[in-house]
Amino acid sequence: MNIVLITILSLAFLGVLAGLILYFVAQKFKVFEDPRIDQVEAELPAANCGGCGFPGCRAFAEAMVKADDISELNCPVGGAETMKAAAAILGKTPSAAPNTVAVLKCNGTCENRPRITKYDGATSCTIASSLFGGETGCSYGCVGLGECVDACKFGAMYMDKETGLPVIIEDKCISCGACVKACPKNIIELRKQGPKNRRIYVACANKDKGAPAKKACATACIACCKCMNECSFGAIIVDKNLAAIDPVKCKMCRKCAPVCPTNAILEMNFPPKKIKVEETLTQETKEGDQK
Amino acid sequence: MLKTFSLGGIHPAENKLSAGKKIVILPIPEQVSVPLAQHIGAPAEALVNKGDVVKVGQLIAASAGFVSSNIHSPVSGKVLKIDDVVDASGYKHRAIIIKTEGDEWDESIDRSPELIQHINTVPHQIVEKLKEAGIVGLGGAAFPSHVKLSLPPGKICDILVINGVECEPYLTSDHQLMMEKSEEIVVGIRILMKALKVEKAVIGIENNKLDAIEKMTALLAEHPEIRVQALKVQYPQGGEKQLIDACIGRQIPSGKLPIEVGAVVQNVGTAFAVYEAVQKNKPLFERVVTVTGKSVKNPSNFLARIGTPMSFLIDAAGGLPTDTSKIIGGGPMMGKALQSAEVPITKGSSGILIMPEELANRKPMQNCIRCAKCVSVCPMGLSPYLLMLATSKTIWDRAEEEKIMDCIECGSCNFTCPSSRPLLDYIRLGKGKVGQIMRSRTK
Repeated sequence: MNIVLITILSLAFLGVLAGLILYFVAQKFKVFEDPRIDQVEAELPAANCGGCGFPGCRAFAEAMVKADDISELNCPVGGAETMKAAAAILGKTPSAAPNTVAVLKCNGTCENRPRITKYDGATSCTIASSLFGGETGCSYGCVGLGECVDACKFGAMYMDKETGLPVIIEDKCISCGACVKACPKNIIELRKQGPKNRRIYVACANKDKGAPAKKACATACIACCKCMNECSFGAIIVDKNLAAIDPVKCKMCRKCAPVCPTNAILEMNFPPKKIKVEETLTQETKEGDQK
Repeated sequence: MLKTFSLGGIHPAENKLSAGKKIVILPIPEQVSVPLAQHIGAPAEALVNKGDVVKVGQLIAASAGFVSSNIHSPVSGKVLKIDDVVDASGYKHRAIIIKTEGDEWDESIDRSPELIQHINTVPHQIVEKLKEAGIVGLGGAAFPSHVKLSLPPGKICDILVINGVECEPYLTSDHQLMMEKSEEIVVGIRILMKALKVEKAVIGIENNKLDAIEKMTALLAEHPEIRVQALKVQYPQGGEKQLIDACIGRQIPSGKLPIEVGAVVQNVGTAFAVYEAVQKNKPLFERVVTVTGKSVKNPSNFLARIGTPMSFLIDAAGGLPTDTSKIIGGGPMMGKALQSAEVPITKGSSGILIMPEELANRKPMQNCIRCAKCVSVCPMGLSPYLLMLATSKTIWDRAEEEKIMDCIECGSCNFTCPSSRPLLDYIRLGKGKVGQIMRSRTK
């Protein structure tokens, strides 16, 4: 009986002693962490995709708490709402960056862009493009080996077997930019989502002059500048034989698309036009391809 | 005793179909396109404009920087335009397109066939001359020769190693050059020795070219300072490091250049070009090109002007066979499949190989079975399977640790892999990335 008592008492004593030591040590070496970091992190999407440029959501939350001016920081996944909520915790002004979505600046489907060579090397866009310009006559467009699809962690992309191009599922795309980084041809762009998800952009990256560009791909931008002249807002600039629509200046009037002789300008999610039925139909089939 | 390098190596079927075929001087094509980037280093800067009239051997593009090279007109005629053309890289690059009119050579070039033995140029003049004449290494890499001959300060060279190995299957241009221009090559070697101030030289020749070994040995009886080293046939013996190991038994430490062990390597083709530049004042605007392949009607060795479209050479060799599936610029091991037959010949083009359907296609990739064949054949002692894995998983620091930068891209691993894995494709990609990382670190 005595032994049992001594054991219990000595163990209890040791326990209390260890507890006291631990308490004082913990007080002594206490690391102060801003509680707001946890609060901000809770607001973030927890995707840990790296789209903000930081290694994960926690690091981004720390950066937000630390920085005085957070207008440079943006979580592309959460978008404006998340940033607003996070900024409210910190009492700072959120960035005004609009929501974006990935778009492919190439419409070189098998039909539009005939294959002139055959590649049978390693299945990697980067390796293929380090060896040659691509299976088609266009050395700027999509290689079609799907490195962007592999890079997407959100299942927002897949390769369309018929067109040979990757397709971006808009609803799933959180615009983290992983595909942009993966693409060796640099033809994926994070573009402003636009009102009602409507976008208009030049789906081409070919910087060759008109004749070789058109020869390589039926829907290549030939730098004829018709769209630039048509645009009344100065949103279109033709640089290095390639037109580009500035999403900030663009007012979505859709005047540029019909004048393009090669249909290189894509309209996404617009209601069909009423007057020119034929043209809209071709546009729609294109959009279908894109999807 | 036949020597060879100590580590790895393979012996692919030699297929020297054009061996013993006399070098044929190719007619001048109607139009040539001379790329501005046909050597390692900065692309040259064009000196001519549209409409200019040029002569053969006239300087048309000047070297832009230390590691760069002059380019001379290969034909006489009028500059049509300076435009982007698809070259061997598969991308469009700047090139000077000249329409041929007649064949008028620059007056300063000595066109007489007589051999000039006496060398009356001093070393620094030789280097200057080679720079002027746009001489680059003709083995395939096209590294500017004047850079190779300007030794870094503090380094001493005591032996010149001449590469007469031609270890690539199919190619015979160096072999044929050694047979037909052996005397000129010997003078060229002596010029190079003078420029480097070395007393000794060794020519490495594989023993599948016995006639060349005999011929060179006989010629060198009067020049005891140059010796011929017969080598066992083994690929990639033509690699600088492998050749130095095989010929003089010195091993170059990882990441270092041959000069570290006191050696400089030059190709026999380069030695011939050096002879022509120094003794005959002839810049580099033509070279010997092998056109070969299993189904080619008439495999041959041509002396072709730089800028000649490859299709022109193929036609001269009996036309493009109907079963052609791949056209390769260079040899089958290190050459590169071309996008079209209109790609122009450059200073580095040693051959055109036409592959029929059954040989051209790669087999589908299978899983690695850990047989370690790639490790045993790697002449640099690397582990190719590991480098491929590191690259495909983008673990660059591991790739660097495993000495990815030592890879000489010989393709022995690809050749030997029973699972047909594209090892070299990945390693090349990894080399590019790791090189970038290393350069940014030193900056």
